[in-house]
Formats: sequence, structure tokens, C-alpha cells
Amino acid sequence: MTDLTAETDEGAQELKPRSDTSDSVRALEQGAVLRGVSHDDVDVEVSDDETMIINMGPQHPSTHGVLRLMLELDGETVLRCKPVIGYLHTGMEKQAEDLTFLQGSTNVTRMDYASPLNNELVFSLAVEKLLDIEVPERALWIRMLMSELQRMASHLLFLATNGMDLGAISMMIYGFRDRENVLAFFEKTTGLRMNHNYIRPGGVAADLPDGWREDVLKLCDYLPSKLDEYDELLTGQPIWRERTQGIGVITTEQAIALSATGPILRSTGFPWDLRRAMPYLHYDQVDFDVVVGSYGDTFDRYAIRLNEVRESMRIVRQIVDKMPAGDYRVQDKKVTPPPRARIDESMEALIHHFKIFTEGFKVPEGEVYVAIESPRGELGCYIASDGSARPYRMHIRAPSFVNLQTLPHLMRGGLVADAVAIISSVDPIMGEVDR
Amino acid sequence: MGLEDLQHNFLTGSLEELVKWARRNSVWPATFGLACCALEMMATGAAHYDLSRYGMEIFRASPRQADLMIVAGRVSQKMAPVLRQVYDQMVEPKWVISMGVCASSGGMFNNYAIVQGVDQVVPVDVYTPGCPPGPETLMHSILTLHEMIRTGEITRRRGETGRGAEYHLDHPGPKVAIGTPH
Amino acid sequence: MTDQDVPTAGETEVEEPALIHGAPSSLSRDQLVVHVDREKYIEIITALRDDGYAFCSDVTAIDYLLAIDRPLPVGVRAERFEVVINLLDMQEGKRIRVRAQVPEREPTLPTLFELFPGTEAMEREVYDLFGIVFEGHPDLTRILMPDDWEGHPLRKDYPIGRIPVQFKEAPGPR
Repeated sequence: MTDLTAETDEGAQELKPRSDTSDSVRALEQGAVLRGVSHDDVDVEVSDDETMIINMGPQHPSTHGVLRLMLELDGETVLRCKPVIGYLHTGMEKQAEDLTFLQGSTNVTRMDYASPLNNELVFSLAVEKLLDIEVPERALWIRMLMSELQRMASHLLFLATNGMDLGAISMMIYGFRDRENVLAFFEKTTGLRMNHNYIRPGGVAADLPDGWREDVLKLCDYLPSKLDEYDELLTGQPIWRERTQGIGVITTEQAIALSATGPILRSTGFPWDLRRAMPYLHYDQVDFDVVVGSYGDTFDRYAIRLNEVRESMRIVRQIVDKMPAGDYRVQDKKVTPPPRARIDESMEALIHHFKIFTEGFKVPEGEVYVAIESPRGELGCYIASDGSARPYRMHIRAPSFVNLQTLPHLMRGGLVADAVAIISSVDPIMGEVDR
Repeated sequence: MGLEDLQHNFLTGSLEELVKWARRNSVWPATFGLACCALEMMATGAAHYDLSRYGMEIFRASPRQADLMIVAGRVSQKMAPVLRQVYDQMVEPKWVISMGVCASSGGMFNNYAIVQGVDQVVPVDVYTPGCPPGPETLMHSILTLHEMIRTGEITRRRGETGRGAEYHLDHPGPKVAIGTPH
Repeated sequence: MTDQDVPTAGETEVEEPALIHGAPSSLSRDQLVVHVDREKYIEIITALRDDGYAFCSDVTAIDYLLAIDRPLPVGVRAERFEVVINLLDMQEGKRIRVRAQVPEREPTLPTLFELFPGTEAMEREVYDLFGIVFEGHPDLTRILMPDDWEGHPLRKDYPIGRIPVQFKEAPGPR
């Protein structure tokens, strides 16, 4: 057994006994990253043999992927916490340098695999900014529709896993049941349930199918009563409240200092949502509320996501009304392949198709950073191009990666059982954490 | 230990059939969801595509209690020793389904960070294609595995070579009726 | 002043660039970029933070080994590595980007941890994947790669590590 431990030992990345840890590292693990914030309430000088370092993960039953948490416990109380990540590092940023811009969507879509369309969206927006092209109106509205449906699916997944982590196992079944409806619409439109490769630079890959309005409205009619059921099941329930209220509290100042965004920042009462503050696509033309919490605890984060599903449905209904007719992708020959039917007729179309799919289209030199609001926070894409058909550097600013820095602060002083609730409320997706 | 050591005669013949039937109908998977395929695996276990009808809805967190490891997702260099450790902790008889192209061969990530096929680390019994494989494809691979358990094909092979069955699932829907050994 | 061509997308102006806190700036597709060298790095970022850019969105790096002569404003000396910081002003809703040049023979840069604690994990990632050392960082260890990994994968002289795959002829129809 000692052999196996040696193989999986991650050396300096792990949590070491107190005597082995420098002051600065200990401060990080205690969550005392802000100057002037002391955690002396729990910081008793305990010696190493009174505390226990336990390892949670990377394979553990909580459904948050391969996150490894090392906790130092004094009894049941968490004193220090260190997340060890990298167990899903896929080299996607390096891979992106090897793929063309058109293939880039397939790569980034697998980062945040709970909301793949948002990854594709941010990548496509960045490439379009570099290309300086304007995407047709219909494509923008389709992208908004898909992005909001994706937000609903991701938050339903959160409700399912959060419920299961805290013991409401039927919530898992309900969440997945409702998510299936959204995925069925995605399958109808994009061909796949996940990792769609649908939103591409220039527009979207295909137009919405016939009858999409009925499908979407049916979904929006079905969900509200279910959300009310979950409200009844969870929100008012004393056990749920006991387990989530006051757990994992963070203030606005701490969240901004730690660069946390998304529901974590909004739960502190700060209404920061990129769709409202720095609108992209046509979010300034639809009416929706930014949901905020008051206490910055786990309950607020749960309630925010539940209500964001309602707000997304509101946006979706408006999009159904406002969807314009038109092209679903830009007609610029340099960027968009010709319609499939034309390939049989025209040699030029065939060559053009061939060039775009093998060589790829060239993007002028430059660098941009574009950010959108994903279900987890600010999802950014930084692309530097050197004028060729492949990105010189592509970097995705993953919200979960940055939000994980709040974990030591949130867990400090709590119980082990609360640790599960806290991870679940931060809602990390390890695909985007490790890329 | 196990069926292989039993002396094969008339009496133990029907006992073997009983044991194989029992093993096949209560395969408990270990939770080994790594990446996107994990979401499809969870969807397969959820209400719409129910795994409970095959006796498999309990995903055991402890490898000691699990029979089947569904490697769902890409295995990175850092994760490979952990994968092996969990596999070693499982008790015989155990089976491995490599779910998705990333687990089967490295998938679209042919680079420094991903193990190019989980069979470099553990012996695999069924390879499931797809990125991610939909719940129906995953169920097809699980049912294929069940067939191999029911006919005893898999336990015998493992005893001989120590390797997995390495069955490549090559079409998304069952073209043969369940019950016919491949 | 001579007649200037209207700068096309991606090109910086030919004349003396506008200065922000004393550092040359440029516009990259309508996004404001400030170019700094190592000496003025902390000073300028502190000044920007005091201007209102109190949120650090992103810290990343680029290895310009294969594109060493990329367009830069006059007065900026191109080095192999660039560390790119994206800052956000939440009150006004605007962004600014800082590009710091880091030389190859001595790839170090002061840490932003004191100004923005949220850069801790992002700087670790840059260290892990590029080998740029951040002086004063509380815990500069690898974060994504295994601890005993050698090399820094995102550098341009690190190969992608692809294994050769042989494709046999496509299978016939079933």
C-alpha cells in the first residue's frame, strides 16, 4: 500500500502538517488571504498530533468531478483546506494551437461540460472580434436562446447534484428528468445532447428546426410548476435550511478580492452580472432581473440559481417573440463554408469548402479578451493570433478555476459535512478548472 | 476462489449458472466519472434511461463494494495512478467498461496530458465509442457486458490471460437480440 | 504632423502612443492595452487599481518565441514572454489589459498577490505551464501538472506530445 501512496503523492501541492508548512502557505490554507481579516476564532495553537489531515477525492461520491481536497481537521472542524487540482488537465490550450479556428469550438466545448454552448459562444465571440465581422441578427438571437437554455440545463444539474449532496436524493432524479427535456431540444437543433459544436465563428452551424417555438414554449410551460415543487421540497424545509443557512459565508469585499464571480459574488448582495453590466449579444434588449442574495451563504447561492432558471425562462419567452428572420451565419465567403447543396453544383464552392475545412480561414494578427456570463461566473477567452489559420495562443478564463480559491475561506471553521455543502454551492466543473 | 476453482460436474453446473445469473443481474458500478461522460453516465442512471431495471442504480463509492468500473472521461497523467489504485482496490470479479473515446483511445486529445487509452493502465472489457456516448450506447455496452458475464465467457478469459475481454462496441444499437452470445 | 493612414484593425498608431500612467498604450480591436516592462509593472497596476480597476479578471502569459516580431508600440522592447493581466472596473463597466514583457534568460516578475489575492491560483498556473517565477508569491508550486513533471508544457519549444496513429483503410459497409 505504501507503493501506491508514493505513486499518487503530489509533493509540494499537498497539505502538509503544520510544522512542515510555511506561514504564507498556512495563511492561504486557512483562507486568511485578506489583510486585516483574522481567523483567530478557530486558530488555536493545536499541535500536529491533535489534528488529522484527511484526503477527500479525487475519486469521491460527490458528483463534482476529480477535485481533491485535503482538509486538516480538529475533530469535525475544518482548520485548513487545500484543493489539489490538475487531475483532469487535458492540455486544451496547447491543443487549441494545433487546431484551426473552425475546429476550436470542438475543443473549448469540452471544458465546462455542464454548459458547453457557453464555451463555444465565448470562443466564437473572440474570434469574430479578431476577424472584425458582424454576425447576422438571427444568429445572435439564436445564440442567446441556446445560451439561456443552456443556463437552465446547467442550473437544473446544480439543483440535482446539490440536492443529492445534501441528502435530498430524489432531487437528483427530478433535476435530471427536467434536464432531459432541455437536452431533447438541443438534440433536435444541434444533433447532440452535449458538446454540441454548434456555435461557431460566424454564426451557428444550422438553423433552428421547424416547430422550435412550440418545443421551447412547451418547455417553458412545463418547468415553472416543477420549480415550485422544488421550492416546496427544499426552500422552506427546516433540514435544508439548517444545512445551508449560515454555511460558507463570504462578503462582497472578500469575493471581489478573490476574483470570484457568478452566483458566489451575487450571493453577497452585489448585483454583478455581465449580461446586465456589460451586455453582449442582445441582452440589453430583453427584460430580466439580476438575482442577488443577502447573506453570502450556501442557501443564497442555491436560491439564486433556482431563480435564475425562472429568469432564463423569462428571457427565452421574449426571444421566442423577438426572433428575427434572416441568415443564421455570416455570408462572408472567407469564413463560412458554402451550403452543402452548392457543393454538387459549383467547383468553386467545393474548393472553398475544402479549404475552409482543411486549411482553415486565416485570422488577422492581434489579441482580444472577451467575457460572457456563464452559469458559473465570468467566462473569458483571450486569443492571440499571428495571422495564420490556427490560434497562436488561446486562453480560457474559467470561472470555476478562480472560484475555487474561495474554498479555504468558505470552509474555515465549518464541519466536514458542511464541506460537502460548500463545494456543491461553489459548483465547480473540473473540466474548466483543469482545462 | 470463485467459480473457476469449483470442480465442474453435474451438481456444480447448475450452481455455476445460478452464480453467473446473480452476478450479471447485480453489477454495481463504482463512481468513476471524470469528465463529460460522467454527465451522460449520471443521465443513464437517472429516471429517463433507468439503470435500475438492470439492478445497477447503486453507484458504490467504495471500490471494495463495486463490481464494475465505468471509466467515464479522459484520464490525465496525474489521474492515472489514482485510477490504477482504485482498480486494485476492487475485489474480484471485476470488470471495466471504458466509456467514450477519451477513455478508449485518448479521443480528440492526442497530446502530452492525456493517457492514450485507459487500457494502458487497467484491462478493459468493453470499449464504448462516442463523444460522449449517449445513454443508449452506454446501456448497449453494459448489456453486452452482461451477456459476457451470463455466458461465463468473461470470467474464463480473465482467468487465462489476465487481460480484459476487449470487446469493441461497433454499432450504436443492438442488432442482435439480447440473449444470444456474441 | 504628416498624414497618417487610418490604422486598420490590429495595427497600432505609427506616431507616439498615448501614455497611461507613463506607460505606452495601444488599442487592440477597440480594447485598451497598456504595455509595461518589469520595473514599472507593480507601480502601474497599483495606479490602475487606484483608478478604479479593482477586479483582476485574468492573469495569463504568451510565449512569443515563434512570433518575436509582433506589432508593439514605439518604446516597448519585445521579450520572449508576455504576462497579460486583464483588469475590470466594476463601477464603470470597462476593461483594461496590461501586457508585461518578461525576458527569457530571467523569467521572473513580481507577484500581484498583495494587490489582488485572487491572482494566486492564476499565477501558479502561469508558473506551471510557462515557467515564469512570480517573486513574493506565497505558494509557488505546480498546480495542473503532476509535481514531478519536467518542463513547462505551454512553451513553444515543448512539443504537443502527439503519438503517431496509423489509419488503416476505412471498414467496408456493414
